[in-house]
Amino acid sequence: MNSLSEIPLAHILFVSTALFFIGMYGLFTRKNLVTLLMAIELMLNSVNINFVAFNKYLYPGKLDGIFFSLFIITIAAAEAAVAIAIIINLYRSHQSIDVDDATEMKY
Amino acid sequence: MSDYAYIVLIPLLPLASFLLLGLFGRKYFTKSAGIIGTLALLASTAIALMAARQYFFIDGKVAGAYHQIIAFKYTWLAFSPGVSIDMGIVIDPISVMMLVVVSFVSLMVHMFSLGYMKGEERFATYYAYLGLFTFSMLGLVLSVNIFQVYLFWELVGVSSFLLIGYYYEKPTAVAASKKAFIVTRFADLGFLIGILILGFYSGTLDISTLIHKLTAVQSPEYIAITTAGFLGASALTWALVLVFIGGAGKSAMFPLHIWLPDAMEGPTPVSALIHAATMVVAGVYLVARLFPVFSMDATALQVVTYIGAFSALLAAIIACTQTDIKRVLAFSTMSQIGYMMFALGVSKQVGEQGLGYMASMFHLFNHAFFKSLLFLCAGAVIHLVHSNEIKDMGGLRKLMPITHIAFLIACLAIAGVPPFAGFFSKEEILLAAFNANKLIYGVALFTAALTAFYMFRLYFSIFWSKESAHHETHHEGTVSMKIPLIILAVCTIGVGFIPFAKLVTADGAALETHIDILFSLAPVGLTLIAILIAARLYKQQNEGPQKIADALGVFYRVVSRKFYMDELYLFITKKIIFPLIGKPIAWIDRNIVDGCMNALAAITVKISGWIKGMQSGKVQGYALYFFGGVTLLAILFIYVWK
Repeated sequence: MNSLSEIPLAHILFVSTALFFIGMYGLFTRKNLVTLLMAIELMLNSVNINFVAFNKYLYPGKLDGIFFSLFIITIAAAEAAVAIAIIINLYRSHQSIDVDDATEMKY
Repeated sequence: MSDYAYIVLIPLLPLASFLLLGLFGRKYFTKSAGIIGTLALLASTAIALMAARQYFFIDGKVAGAYHQIIAFKYTWLAFSPGVSIDMGIVIDPISVMMLVVVSFVSLMVHMFSLGYMKGEERFATYYAYLGLFTFSMLGLVLSVNIFQVYLFWELVGVSSFLLIGYYYEKPTAVAASKKAFIVTRFADLGFLIGILILGFYSGTLDISTLIHKLTAVQSPEYIAITTAGFLGASALTWALVLVFIGGAGKSAMFPLHIWLPDAMEGPTPVSALIHAATMVVAGVYLVARLFPVFSMDATALQVVTYIGAFSALLAAIIACTQTDIKRVLAFSTMSQIGYMMFALGVSKQVGEQGLGYMASMFHLFNHAFFKSLLFLCAGAVIHLVHSNEIKDMGGLRKLMPITHIAFLIACLAIAGVPPFAGFFSKEEILLAAFNANKLIYGVALFTAALTAFYMFRLYFSIFWSKESAHHETHHEGTVSMKIPLIILAVCTIGVGFIPFAKLVTADGAALETHIDILFSLAPVGLTLIAILIAARLYKQQNEGPQKIADALGVFYRVVSRKFYMDELYLFITKKIIFPLIGKPIAWIDRNIVDGCMNALAAITVKISGWIKGMQSGKVQGYALYFFGGVTLLAILFIYVWK
């Protein structure tokens, strides 16, 4: 525990921020839907890190932040299932999982 | 007071005939349309005669004077308490008289048309239109509300338009129907404005309430309408003159008469019904209906008088030079309506001085009979000769004896030879004019002589003149064509003896009239002289008429071209109104009004083109907007709304 507490909060936040923007970069630049899903997972996990870190450093006696991160992990799992189902269906209908090939829903 | 609600059947029967024949006529009643229409009118006429008998001889009189009965009234559009458009039936001497005239003449025309229009392709349509016209005219005369008058007024205009343009393959008929419609519509604009002014000041559209309010000198409405003024005349004068313009349009008074001669393009029985006996007297009827209000305003009456007298004279002069039999009759109609108008103009509301009103109505009544007879005779002649031109006729008296006699009777009646119908009413009109205004009397007297001249010019040219070019193969037409001629001829002799002064007067009370032999000497003498001149000039074919025409030179040419009125109208419309007003307005409409709208639409298209680009269908784009929004909100929450 002690070794962890020697890492300042700012460092952990730096990691999570970096993770978030890496995810965001991936979300906007990649075209493959699976990669996009992975980018979203990155962003979710950066948020998880935030929750856990703040819980640990600001309210050590409580567990609210940890619960939140558990919830987010659960939802991320469910979301991955739904997203992959969508991707498979898209592949069946378009023969592609490129996000730029699925632009029928427009004006 | 007994119940008069059954009168509603009189206009509804022709309406039913119109609907039946108009909707199903061409399919199911191609042969029987005439019979159906005629039977409907026969029933209407019978009811009208019954109503007239009941009103005039049984229960119309209260305390020695005929009073007004509202038999039926239904509020159709209520704008506010007091102001509403009602549909109803008013029973008073003039409406009952008009009921009889309209339904009777219409019946005669229906009957005559059975033979005249036989074999026409659109026979059922023709009868449907006749039914529509009769319905609207009857509705017009029965109106309780001035707006009801206006509605039926327009309906009458439409049916007249349809009937003039009945031969729509003929370009002249199409042009004539358009001309009639546009000219009368133009006049109706005046009528509408007049109605609105009257309604605005009196606060009601109901005719009897309106008359009641505007004839009481002390009432606030009367004071308001007479004190309000515009361009030097009171609002009352303006309103009445505008209403009169509407009437003048329908009644073909100068200068709105130009449509009537052209309206003769319609089938001849239609001319007899609409452009001689019924619709064209709608203007006279309107003035008579509002006469109590007119009598409150001397200026408006003066306008009516002078326009009436001038039209009478002008039309009579033109009629002397026309060579188309129907056009002569058209101008004579205009002339006779001028008589009715100025007779109203010189009249007063009450007592002995109301002679002009009574004379006008009497003349209207008589005129309906002899003028429709003249037109039906002309129809019979045209049916035989297949031409409207006088020069194609001549010597027809042996070929068509019944038509000949009927035409002669009608001519004598219109010329005012005793004891035929026209004599009595014309005498009263002249007397009324004599008592009121010597100038008008002089014009009327001269016009009476001219009337006799041109009618007998027509008579001699058609039935005497040269030997007939037509042979035994022709005949006079079917029985259904002869019967109306005989009935109308009998009426033309008989109706003059109806004691009209006791029945139809301005205030409802009976009027004492007597024929003064000395007074009659001048008009009857002049008439007889005019007839003799006509006989001398036209009984045998000779050089006389041509010589006179040559001697008159320019004047004759101007008159025979109808004083270039049509050319003047064309000049004003084509050379002045179209290029100077119409074209700029069209330009403004196309470029500025339409331009604004087009620009708005173009801008909208442009903007929506930009906006729709946002909905690209690309998921990553949407995500970008989302992050942009979140970032924006974050900045706002952190730095702006701390």
